[in-house]
Amino acid sequence: MRIIIVGLGKVGLALTAMLSREGHDLVVVDCDPVVLQNTQETFDVIGADGNGAALGVLREAGAEFADLIIAVTGADEINLLSCVTAKKLGCAHTIARVRNPEYVKQLSLLKEELGLSMVINPEDSAAREISHILQFPSFIKRESFAKGRVEIVGLKIRQGCTIIGKPLSELYRESKVKVLVCAVEREDEVFIPDGNFVIRAGDKIHVTAETNNLAGLIKYLGIPMQKVRDVVLIGGSKIAFYLARRLIVAGISVKIIEKEYERCVKLSEQLPRALVINGDGCAQKLLDEEINRKADAVVALLNIDEANLVVSMYLSGLGVPIIVAKIDRTEYMDVYKNFGLESIISPKGIICNDVLQYVRALCNSAESSVITLYRLVNDQVEALEFRAAKDTRYLGVPLAKAPIRKGVLIACLKRGSTIIFPSGDDSIQLGDTVIAVTSGERTIGELNDIYH
Amino acid sequence: MNHRVVARLLGRILIIETIALALPLTVCLIYGEAGSAKAFLITMACTAAVGLLALRVKAQHKQFYALEGFVVTALSWIVISLFGALPFYLSGAIPSLMDCFFEVVSGFTTTGASILSDVEALSHGLLFWRSFTHWLGGMGVLVFLLAVASIGKGDGHELYLLKAESPGPNVGKLTSKVGKSAKILYGLYVVFSLVEVLFLLAGGMPLYDSLCTMFATAGTGGFGIKNTSMAFYQSYYLQGVVTVFMALFGVNFNIFFLLLMREFSQAWHDEELRVYLGIMLSSIALITLNILPIYGNTFEAFHQAAFQTVSIMTTTGFTTTNFDMWPEFSRSLLVLLMVAGACAGSTGGGMKTARLVIALKSVKKEISRMLHPRQVKILRMNGKQLDNRIVKGVSLFMTAYFITVAASFLIVSLDNKSMVTNLTAVLSCLNNIGPGLDLVGPLGNFSSFSNLSKAVLTLDMLLGRLEFFPVIFLFNPAVWRVRKRIHEPD
Repeated sequence: MRIIIVGLGKVGLALTAMLSREGHDLVVVDCDPVVLQNTQETFDVIGADGNGAALGVLREAGAEFADLIIAVTGADEINLLSCVTAKKLGCAHTIARVRNPEYVKQLSLLKEELGLSMVINPEDSAAREISHILQFPSFIKRESFAKGRVEIVGLKIRQGCTIIGKPLSELYRESKVKVLVCAVEREDEVFIPDGNFVIRAGDKIHVTAETNNLAGLIKYLGIPMQKVRDVVLIGGSKIAFYLARRLIVAGISVKIIEKEYERCVKLSEQLPRALVINGDGCAQKLLDEEINRKADAVVALLNIDEANLVVSMYLSGLGVPIIVAKIDRTEYMDVYKNFGLESIISPKGIICNDVLQYVRALCNSAESSVITLYRLVNDQVEALEFRAAKDTRYLGVPLAKAPIRKGVLIACLKRGSTIIFPSGDDSIQLGDTVIAVTSGERTIGELNDIYH
Repeated sequence: MNHRVVARLLGRILIIETIALALPLTVCLIYGEAGSAKAFLITMACTAAVGLLALRVKAQHKQFYALEGFVVTALSWIVISLFGALPFYLSGAIPSLMDCFFEVVSGFTTTGASILSDVEALSHGLLFWRSFTHWLGGMGVLVFLLAVASIGKGDGHELYLLKAESPGPNVGKLTSKVGKSAKILYGLYVVFSLVEVLFLLAGGMPLYDSLCTMFATAGTGGFGIKNTSMAFYQSYYLQGVVTVFMALFGVNFNIFFLLLMREFSQAWHDEELRVYLGIMLSSIALITLNILPIYGNTFEAFHQAAFQTVSIMTTTGFTTTNFDMWPEFSRSLLVLLMVAGACAGSTGGGMKTARLVIALKSVKKEISRMLHPRQVKILRMNGKQLDNRIVKGVSLFMTAYFITVAASFLIVSLDNKSMVTNLTAVLSCLNNIGPGLDLVGPLGNFSSFSNLSKAVLTLDMLLGRLEFFPVIFLFNPAVWRVRKRIHEPD
């Protein structure tokens, strides 16, 4: 597909990397020639130099023939203008990043009036993800499928857990909850396990389960389940605003530490129920004073990755039970994990998932194209949701007999209102919602791609 | 450097060469030339064996950066020339290995300089292969690999290969993908080649001759299959067709792409194209006037002037007459045209018109700055700002160019031939033209040079075709060093 990416900031570059790996025809637009040159030397893309909202630049980038434009410059207004202009030139689909909290209320209006296909807000998406983690602290990751009926959650198996040393089939039998372990992360490796797979301490497992069965699973595994009541946000960025708004609605008390006085005033104005503290979030004294023993969770949202890391490490030494850190440089994920930081959120990574899901669906006009897509375990594993349509192959053929690719696992089927964790005898029927997990090299855009 | 990835790519190049060798083999079979056929079969077996062996190397990491791009490019040209020289040696047509290598490098680099005094003595198959190397080398072997196979997945490293092999100060892609750009380039190349063959056939040239002539024209190479080169075909039509196609293959292929995209005005206003045509037409006019007394007939003088000027400027090197007998002014003008060369992004060699344009513009800017020391001026080409790196690249190229000319000239002088012979031999090889003046003129050849001179001239051909830097990197020991950390056992 021909895609134009306007703005090569963090998100723009992450999108470029991901979409060029998927084999799309990319034109990147940025007004900094040096960044543009570097990008062209790192990825198989072509560049256009200039303001991505200007007609001439968009023409040069080939907006007339493009299928999709993604505008992710630093300024919301430029993004919107760029999308509108490209649309007028004949670009079929448009995605704009709009992240200013002041525009949040008019998002649906903008989307409709300007004919945008999608509005992305990395900060709000990150806030959504963090609030998921905070509300269910036992999970290191939590994503939902089939309109929230089915979830895929990441859990860390700690020393002394009942399941260690047993094959997975025993877990399924003993726990009496219907779940399926669909991916196991062990050190640098990822496994798509079968029933004989034996869990070890320190493994991170990704489990598909019905939402109302999750509690049973947690109880069986003996993972403590406490509700978070007090959360401290370090840094009053946009994410902090979006997150605080969500947490307050969920009845959690929020404290925000922000260095800049003006920003504090604004936050206090927008979030009357939050406790806003003016001070340096990196200062040890202030942390000791404000976090003390009471906080259940701390979220490090400072603008500098390193500061978030140091603060998180210090707090984990203080014994704060849940620490979430916002990190933009995801390349060093393994290093962070060595420091014991489990919950790391990267706004650009989350946005990439959303865009990728849209692009894959766009590429496959088939009815059975991907509905939801999540990437797990450093993007090595993908979990995808499809609907089985008329053109889906091997409908009604038992899964054991269908030629399913290596590295693909059918994690779950939703038929009507029943959830099925399929065995080899089950089959995909017309109208089923299918959730597949894959670690394969091949990109999967529609349901038929899971077969040979 | 990542040796394994380099080895794998070289393996793929050798497999492509094996397939290419099947063509001359077929020609041998058609003409019933058993000796040459055997030489080609043995060569194909060797090439395929080494190629498959290289493909068995497993690359641990896929790192591929600018350095690897340059090294692969330089090495692949040397390797294909080594294997490409085997048929000449094995069939006994050219007894000396150095001569075989010289001849084939001259083919792949589209030079057309020959050590053979009697070309017609070669078998049809060998002559076909000799000309076909021009066609392969013209657009580039790696570009062919990029067009037919995907290397890497979405990372930009294909661009390094395209940049290292394609001539010109600022190599870009036609479309957003390297693979697609390479396909378009080869598509245009094939179409133009076929059209030329049709025109030649229409003029009554035999199929075999038309194909060989086309290979040499398309690659701007210049190997003829007759001792008298194009003078053998005493037809204004045939020589005219070759003139027009030589000029076309000397044009930047981006122009043809623009025409294909119906961007006519942009193509017509291209500065490089205008300067290229300007130099060409004014040189033809000047030479016509200068040689008019010899021919006495305006049309004949114009015809000869046009053929020779286009042939030399596009660095093809076909000849219809012995221009070494022309007046001193015409000879000097031809030597200057050798240096100027064709457009960037064409199959021609030389310094490239684009570089001349950029160099002249920066000289103009500097002169203006001497008068107005505080002047701020941006260099433009085709209305677009010229990046400083490109301007610097051009002066770097010029420096490397003159150092190479000076050094080669000195070494070749050891053979104690005339200064004109030595200088034009070096210029002719470095600019990938073929004939020079005096001893290496249209009627002469390079066989009388010593092996040392031949080696230097071979190197010059490679330096000229790959525009210096990829080849120069091979001489840098740091490129070859396998880095081991301290404390790491061998």
